[in-house]
Amino acid sequence: MFNMLLLLLLLAIGVNSTTYIESLNLTLVLQTSTFPETPQMLHGTAPPAPPTDITGQDRPNDAGGRTVVSWTKSADDGQGKNSVQEYVVFRSTNIDGEFTEIGTARKGVQEFVDISTTDGVEYYYMIKAFDGESFSEPVLSGAITSSAQWFHVGRVNMLVAVLILSFLILWFIQRAKKGEELYIRPIAGLEAVDDAVGRATEMGRPIMYIPGIMDMDNIQTIAGVIILSRVARKAAEYECPILVPTCKSIVMSAAQETVKEAYLDAGRPDSYDADKIRYLTDDQFGYAAGVDGMMMREKPGAVFFMGCFYAESLILAETGHSVGAIQIAGTAQPSQLPFFVTACDYTLIGEELFAASAYLSKQPLLLGSLKGQDWGKGLLIIILIIGIILVSFGFQQVVGWLTVG
Amino acid sequence: MTTDIGTWIAALLTLCILSFLYKDNPFYKFAEHLFVGVSAAYWACYYIYNILIPNLYNPLFVQGQLLYIIPLALGIMMIMKLFPQPAWMSRFPLAFIVGTYAGYNFITYLQTYAIDQVRATLVRFVALESWQEFFARPGAVTFLSAIALPVVVVGVITGLVYFFFSREHKGIFGGLAKTGVWFLMIAFGASFGYTVMARISLLIGRVYFLLHNWLHII
Repeated sequence: MFNMLLLLLLLAIGVNSTTYIESLNLTLVLQTSTFPETPQMLHGTAPPAPPTDITGQDRPNDAGGRTVVSWTKSADDGQGKNSVQEYVVFRSTNIDGEFTEIGTARKGVQEFVDISTTDGVEYYYMIKAFDGESFSEPVLSGAITSSAQWFHVGRVNMLVAVLILSFLILWFIQRAKKGEELYIRPIAGLEAVDDAVGRATEMGRPIMYIPGIMDMDNIQTIAGVIILSRVARKAAEYECPILVPTCKSIVMSAAQETVKEAYLDAGRPDSYDADKIRYLTDDQFGYAAGVDGMMMREKPGAVFFMGCFYAESLILAETGHSVGAIQIAGTAQPSQLPFFVTACDYTLIGEELFAASAYLSKQPLLLGSLKGQDWGKGLLIIILIIGIILVSFGFQQVVGWLTVG
Repeated sequence: MTTDIGTWIAALLTLCILSFLYKDNPFYKFAEHLFVGVSAAYWACYYIYNILIPNLYNPLFVQGQLLYIIPLALGIMMIMKLFPQPAWMSRFPLAFIVGTYAGYNFITYLQTYAIDQVRATLVRFVALESWQEFFARPGAVTFLSAIALPVVVVGVITGLVYFFFSREHKGIFGGLAKTGVWFLMIAFGASFGYTVMARISLLIGRVYFLLHNWLHII
């Protein structure tokens, strides 16, 4: 209504009405999302050719709520007048109803993923090519419905890998439980654990155990807490105090439970002191500052770094070195390993950290698991060698078999 | 020299922390305790307002989603650790966390650190065009480019051999494992140098703060 009044006013004062009608038309097209039945010629130029062959389907291998609409490019996209700038996608739940714009696709693109559908509802899609000034004729899809899938067919290779590895691990655990001797090669850093605890005891100094700065959802922290069990047991046997400063409250709880259990196993529950396993702060460098201060004041005879570390690794290891402690580190963080190798007496590299719990406890469950993982690595090496030979001779499909969807 | 009180506090605390380079002293102790205390309080508030309220309080008490009673119960069981009598209850949420994440990470780690790595290593052992380039223009760069793929393949396989735990590293197996250790150590050396340079830039940033923002010398 306001536009009509304005138009009458402009006509009355003699403004070129054609220009205004054109701009008014543009305004109306941009403001409404209802599609017009005919191509839009906004400034006198011919509209681009429409896209063709619009099809749609449920997006496969997802949890629902998504559809994929595809089309064949407009004859003016990359050829012809080469005027198409983008494709505008509209959607409606009724083919005769009002279509709402839901997104755009750049020129050359022939697919649009609608990520806002409701499963089970039928949607109709309309695509129009747009050249910056005018729209093409619209093209409509048939009814498309989204749904969730139970099975992701693109991850079958992962399923096979998990099944093989799980079978190997369970099989070796069974063999270990039946009493079969499973050999584990010596790991230098772990051989030194008992010596380090003994040395701290002889020096009359405490042990400090640092389980990294990540929470219990990190597999390295879990491995670190498992190794803590063995170290704490040895400390309890030697009656050597053990300090465990933690960066996360849940790690503190887990560490307290672990150390308490170790002291019970060693027959010294009275020596257990929950206050020695303390939470400092969640802040990375606040934690580093706090641990450094503790090291300087408590002067531990042995320091263990077992878990996930980041930039604080060298700060901690250097301070431990400066107080004369024997230091044993273990982490699977490739960027921090060099610092531990440099500043510590022994370093468990990567998977040695995960193997440590089996090595130290000699439990059939863990030994069997370790043996199963070794077989898994052997399989990976065989796949690697065969795969590289095949790829070298141009058989690239093997790469696709290992691509996880 | 600046008159901004915030910059003064930051500068003095920086000097207090740097004084640790000499030895442990009261200034460092003050800054350390302040840092630990303030950051612990900050994270406590952060967890309350960004985790507890939006992820537990609002869904359960505002939107009435009763499923959230389970995490509430697990949280309460965790707090029971503070009381000696029901402290045993805290073991259940701990076991839940450890078990859930161990299972979840099994898939993630297998894909990220095994399957994807193997796929990325499936390359041609000999890239003929690289060797042709080397013979056409002999030099260090073209030579390194030509041997890059074999080095990657040998490094990955021998590295994997080193991480075999159930077999003694002797004979050919031992030789392969030793080669793997060499690859690891060379990689660590390169990583060490790279990271040290990054730390130097952090130090430069702090010194620049002192000399520029605080003292206005540079």
